Amino acid sequence: MAILIDENTKVLVQGITGSFGAKHAQLSLQYGTKLVAGVTPGKGGQKFENTVPIFDTVYQAVNETGATASAIFVPPPFAADAILEAMDAGVELIVCITEGIPVMDMMRVKSALQGSKSRLVGPNCPGLVTPGRGEKSHGGCRIGIAPGYIHKRGNVGVVSRSGTLTYEAVFQLTQMGYGQSTCVGIGGDPINGTSHLDVLKMFNEDPETEAIIMIGEIGGNAEVEAARWAKDHCKKPIAGFIAGATAPPGRRMGHAGAIVGGEEDTAAAKKKILAECGIAVAETPSDMASTLMMRWGK
Amino acid sequence: MNIHEYQAKELFDRFQVPSPKGKVASSPEEAAAAAKEFAGAKLVIKAQVHAGGRGKGHFKNGFKGGVHLIDSPEQAAEFASKMINETLVTVQTGDAGRVVRKVMIAEAVDITHEYYLAILMDRATCAPIIVASTAGGMSIEDVAHDTPEKIFRQVVHPLLGLQAYEIRKITAELGLTGDIAKQFAKLLKNLYKLFIDCDCSMLEINPLVTTPDGRVLALDAKFGFDDNALYRHPDIVAMRDKEEEDPREVAASEYDLNYIGLDGNIACLVNGAGLAMATMDIIKHYGGEPANFLDVGGGASKEQVTAAFKIILGDPNVKGILINIFGGIMDCNVIAEGVIAAAKETGLPIPLVVRLEGNNVEAGKATLASSGLDIVSADTMADGAQKIVQAVG
Repeated sequence: MAILIDENTKVLVQGITGSFGAKHAQLSLQYGTKLVAGVTPGKGGQKFENTVPIFDTVYQAVNETGATASAIFVPPPFAADAILEAMDAGVELIVCITEGIPVMDMMRVKSALQGSKSRLVGPNCPGLVTPGRGEKSHGGCRIGIAPGYIHKRGNVGVVSRSGTLTYEAVFQLTQMGYGQSTCVGIGGDPINGTSHLDVLKMFNEDPETEAIIMIGEIGGNAEVEAARWAKDHCKKPIAGFIAGATAPPGRRMGHAGAIVGGEEDTAAAKKKILAECGIAVAETPSDMASTLMMRWGK
Repeated sequence: MNIHEYQAKELFDRFQVPSPKGKVASSPEEAAAAAKEFAGAKLVIKAQVHAGGRGKGHFKNGFKGGVHLIDSPEQAAEFASKMINETLVTVQTGDAGRVVRKVMIAEAVDITHEYYLAILMDRATCAPIIVASTAGGMSIEDVAHDTPEKIFRQVVHPLLGLQAYEIRKITAELGLTGDIAKQFAKLLKNLYKLFIDCDCSMLEINPLVTTPDGRVLALDAKFGFDDNALYRHPDIVAMRDKEEEDPREVAASEYDLNYIGLDGNIACLVNGAGLAMATMDIIKHYGGEPANFLDVGGGASKEQVTAAFKIILGDPNVKGILINIFGGIMDCNVIAEGVIAAAKETGLPIPLVVRLEGNNVEAGKATLASSGLDIVSADTMADGAQKIVQAVG
């Protein structure tokens, strides 16, 4: 099962001919992902890696190939337009990797997405991986920039705002012999398409997911909102980690959304609420997987 | 990015948000000329630094106060000469203080009533929110704590923008009537346009005042801009005053490094913002104090690592360095070579612990071990944090 994507998901890449997009499109192909189309305006008719057809518009790409998910790698000034184009073409899952999109642009995009059939993950995120069952998880669906080979197919769902911290958790799990159902990087921006709560709800409904790691950071209240819901509704064990305990207030810690604005969005406050809601909180980022195992009774 | 008071006034003037008359001056002569231009009005001279608490601050030359009433062009020149190119220390600058390069000569207005008015980008609603209060001139956090009923909030639809009825609602909640209400409505409409057009993340007027002669004026303002949107605002970027920023952060930004200086003695160099924060946290967890936040991004090239080393080693407080790289896609061996090249270029006067993980990690560790440099290798984040805390002692 897994959530949002599986081995059969047909993926297109917007911005497939840029260096960043091309590199990661190639890695997804090597991972065994069904990458069926690329989109770069003005390069329609060409082929990526001699196999993947490139289209001028997302509308054409979807019509010709039946792609249902898109990975967006276009530069920040054009990213909002790219998301809206994917929505217009009816793409079900839009994953925006781009970092540095103006908040005003995302505010309008978020509003426009309401009532559409598209779900946005990101922006400023590492994307999603549903690991495959082959060697080093080959054959899975990789949308974005995560290293595929560190994964292993299994029963832990991972959701996080940070890329490298997600890899850290996945790596710990795989080392301990526990695989993942799906790993979702929701991104580090203040306005994003999919929240911790959205992903927790999906993991809760997914029969393959038996336990969850939720990784958050300072700023906003997304982790708190998810934890409060989980307290009464989530049937599965959850371990959590919140980064930024040592971050000075009022400073933007790399991620546009990682800024302490008040008393309730500090790491300490979030950890306290997570614990009160029954989530096992990892003391350090080295203990994310082991904390889950304790809670899970493994 | 922060801007000076006089620059905020420039933006207010451009968007027709009324504020007291004022002019910036870089020399005593310019200050005198400005004071002459506004002759007849009660005037004030204000040192231009980003830090707050100017009025109660003092200059290192002994002159008291960064804000003074003045009653003649001669006095404007005299005070300006005691402020310009002198160092002002306030509660917000720390002991080092800030060098004042410019002063503003402004109209000192009489106040009938003080209000609070702000527009913020609200994460929870993903929309601009207008916050208004009749309790102006004090910290809005205090008002929220003591008299929350005095704060009024209006969320604005992201696609529709500010509507006339929303302005009427806020005007009514503030109890404004007659001509004052009309002036306020126009001010708010223009302020919202400024907020949107300049990609602000926050725009706070505290206080917004009414005057005995029947005007509504933005007396003091605080701007926050969305860094992501600066590419489309060259005019705002031109307002950046690098002298007001931490020189280490200015140097880092030139190499696309995300650096924030802190007070501890263990520097860290990490790829990824979340992992960088978590690395600071784990240093603290094992009893150390992080000296900085530093995200080198996904790449961690030799040039970036070298630049990062130079910035880190330029901080006299730093007694040790922890490098934590999860090389998911990047080859750890390439990263190891970059670290060695950087260490050789800058020298390695203090302990360095490197924790590498990911792609081709064994080769990377072997390269570090055979470098001949005094580099301690760590297996996990916890291992790395413990080793650097121990090395620093």
